Amino acid sequence: MPEARVLPCGDTSLLLEVVDLDAVLAVAAAVEEVRAELALLDVVPGARTVLVTVEPGRALGPLGQRLQDLARTAPDAAAARHGDETRIEVVYDGPDLDEVAALTGLSRQQVVRAHTGTPWRIGFGGFAPGFVYLVDGDPRLAVPRRTESRTSVPAGSVGLAGAFSGIYPRASPGGWQLLGRTGAPLFDLDRDPPALLRTGGWVRFVAVLS
Amino acid sequence: MRAGLTVLATGPLALVQDRGRPGLGGTGVGCSGAADRRSHDLANRLVANDPGAASIEVTLGGLQVRAEVDLTVAVTGAPAPADVAGTPVGHAAVLRLRAGQVLTLGWAPSGLRSYLAVRGGIDVAPVLGSRATDVLSGLGPPPLAVGTVLPVGPAPHGAPVVDQAPVAVPAAGPLVVRARRGPRADWVRDDLFARPWTISSRSDRIGARLDGAPLHPVEGRGELPSEGLVRGAVQVPPSGEPVLFLADHPVTGGYPVVAVVLDADVDLAAQARPGQQIRFQEARP
Repeated sequence: MPEARVLPCGDTSLLLEVVDLDAVLAVAAAVEEVRAELALLDVVPGARTVLVTVEPGRALGPLGQRLQDLARTAPDAAAARHGDETRIEVVYDGPDLDEVAALTGLSRQQVVRAHTGTPWRIGFGGFAPGFVYLVDGDPRLAVPRRTESRTSVPAGSVGLAGAFSGIYPRASPGGWQLLGRTGAPLFDLDRDPPALLRTGGWVRFVAVLS
Repeated sequence: MRAGLTVLATGPLALVQDRGRPGLGGTGVGCSGAADRRSHDLANRLVANDPGAASIEVTLGGLQVRAEVDLTVAVTGAPAPADVAGTPVGHAAVLRLRAGQVLTLGWAPSGLRSYLAVRGGIDVAPVLGSRATDVLSGLGPPPLAVGTVLPVGPAPHGAPVVDQAPVAVPAAGPLVVRARRGPRADWVRDDLFARPWTISSRSDRIGARLDGAPLHPVEGRGELPSEGLVRGAVQVPPSGEPVLFLADHPVTGGYPVVAVVLDADVDLAAQARPGQQIRFQEARP
């Protein structure tokens, strides 16, 4: 039963703010259901919000009311714990493994076991096509970002930042703590849909040697 | 698929653009597309193109192209002086290029981006349903380079109905854009609307960066959890100097959005050039 606050966001968008990511996933799923019916141009989940965009000229007041009602009656996201699980094979030889071990008080091996021990939930996207913020992993793995960003992080790097885990879809600058690398094709233009990981699903990391 | 245009010079930046890839924000793909949608649409209308046709977005001018076949074209947006085979031609006008003729754009005296539409549309391969180059995500065709040969699609059924569109060109003086208070307006102590800003030279299609007296955050708010961004959002990063997001903005961001420019006025903002002053005028819903 998520309660949503409607925040103003210009003349073609509304930002629905809810209490936590569970509520975001519940509300985002409910809004996706009525996307065509309400002629919504885009629906973008965030950590605590769902952004809804419509064509210019639409009256936002009634739309906000409708979305609030929808949020209130959205089934709990916990009920949606049966989303698809994607296996991601990782070679755990990342440059920040020792740093993460030091920060968490775990051994390198325990860090890997913690990262692979429980499934991670796909929260929301951003940063680059195909990138998703993964949440609800082992809480012992919450570590700050690196004090200094790397100018280039290779594509396929698997990292940690705050309570999130994530995989770089392509080479880019970045400040996440890198645990390892994967060859999983996160974003492939020849696939429909191109993004491998989508909001509401789950990821299971699996340690491999190469 | 027929060879239509050969690029002889690009100026600072020339890109293929259309109306972008709307609706994919949830998978991390931004809309992108023409930064000044109104000028891009006008160029297409002048040559009777389908609204989805792709044009060339030229930053500051300096583009030179050779027609490989007889073509009908139009240039809109920033009024870069144009000539065909050395003869000056009109802005926002229907122009005929004979095979072998060269169209040259000089430097625009005002505005930032000109749009060159070709009857039939620039027919490069679409990516996720659009031919737009997104400089943030790297999706879409690469920026035009000297020697690039651009295919042109089949001519549409309709014929151009006017010779010229009587439109105002982008202003050179101080610019005023209408905006509403944003979702996180209460995260800063100072008023974005109360002071003038200057477009920074560090601006691009991702956003117009604004120089001016920095806005101070309200203390004790901590970090904003990442949330969706829209075209026209004015975000205040820790430096306190706002960024007005344009066509290639990130899909989500973690700094407060204190105002959002009205959709119609984002096109005006996209024509603001470095050094130009910009003010925000509050528009109430």
